[in-house]
Amino acid sequence: MQLNHTITLIVNGQQYMRSVEPRLLLSDFLRHQLGLTGTHVGCEHGVCGACTVVLDNEAVRSCLLFAVQANGREVATVEGLSSGLHPEQLHPLQIGFWEAHGLQCGYCTPGILMTLVPFLRENPNPTATEIRDLLSGNICRCTGYQKIVEAVQSGAKLIQEGSS
Amino acid sequence: MKPASFAYFAPHIVEEALALLAEHGGDAKPLAGGQSLVPTMNFRLAQPAALVDLNGIDELFYIREDKNGLRFGAMTRQRTVERSPLAQRHTPLLYEAMPHIAHAQIRNRGTIGGSLAHADPAAELPALAIALDARMRVRSATGSRWIAARDFYVGLFATDMRPDELLVEVAFPDLPPRTGWAFDEVARQHGNYALCGAAATVTLADDGAVERMRLIFLSVGEGPVEAAQAQTLLTGEQPTPMAIRAAAETAAAQDIDPVGDIHAGPAFRRHLAQVLAARVLTRAARKG
Repeated sequence: MQLNHTITLIVNGQQYMRSVEPRLLLSDFLRHQLGLTGTHVGCEHGVCGACTVVLDNEAVRSCLLFAVQANGREVATVEGLSSGLHPEQLHPLQIGFWEAHGLQCGYCTPGILMTLVPFLRENPNPTATEIRDLLSGNICRCTGYQKIVEAVQSGAKLIQEGSS
Repeated sequence: MKPASFAYFAPHIVEEALALLAEHGGDAKPLAGGQSLVPTMNFRLAQPAALVDLNGIDELFYIREDKNGLRFGAMTRQRTVERSPLAQRHTPLLYEAMPHIAHAQIRNRGTIGGSLAHADPAAELPALAIALDARMRVRSATGSRWIAARDFYVGLFATDMRPDELLVEVAFPDLPPRTGWAFDEVARQHGNYALCGAAATVTLADDGAVERMRLIFLSVGEGPVEAAQAQTLLTGEQPTPMAIRAAAETAAAQDIDPVGDIHAGPAFRRHLAQVLAARVLTRAARKG
């Protein structure tokens, strides 16, 4: 047992201070210490992409980071996307997934959404090939990806309409 | 699937990291991007007693021009290289090959130095470093030295570095004039580990003959593999389709000794090596 470290970080705009063991993965910290269970844990070795979160504006695997490494940093998880629990308060990308049936079981969806949020900021109007290339790092076993690509395109359009 | 416990250190300067590595000997591991180390710790294949996290050492994050080419701080993220106009101009082969390295989310975190020092035989960066005659600068609490990329790799996941040494910088020289380059690989799925990959640089003489070439494979040996016999065969020759085909056949038959695993057997890896060698040599010679 190693000494705990005290970390301070911002998650979805809210500041938290917690004491963590160095070996605690960021994914487990988010789920078990903060109760943010929207971040899913699949393979725990960086292959499936389910645990993807945004760390300081970049999509990263939260199972390949220790919580202690997020000290002083800003994390965004899927819980921070919508402004409330009503359908109309969903993030435009989530509306895109809803409308285009971009999910079935939904296990991979949070990781896919958090991969896409920073990507669409950089590339607001991606081609299907670019979307497929990006999502090669997220495994979905239900949809066959076709609906996901359509959902991303429809979500990207909604984001652009919202910002214009 | 949870790592064993370890002591965590987050130094802010290189000297502090080096002192920690010296103090803990082989029991401490430097933590760069963690995209290979953390999975092996999650599986408990690695159980280091201490981690020295390099992510807070600002002086290790940079891409700088010098009179010979580019220097990368070891902690430069792979994604930074992928987006760098300097890398595009000075090290086009490296720039072109970056998107082949795993997935975007991995490259956001993964570092150039971490991948080079990890020495995974399936990794792209070690093969690229040799193809481009890169040099590594390693430091310890007692000194600093440069190691040529081709001397850096000494076996499976093994480098010439001692446990108390840290890779701090990689220097990539500019390509000589009339030099073409190419990289290609085959993976089951984009972003997966390649079943085989090949990097080539070809320098042409005034008469169009091959003056110098480098052909380096990944995923077909214990580390990056230089196709020495193919290089000898093609040097001095005109890079005709027939000559390139002969060099690719020699490379696949004599320069590599691939082992099989669940993803591909030795015969299939040899086949891929021959096809990829012919492709990269053809493209590199055309650009030269």
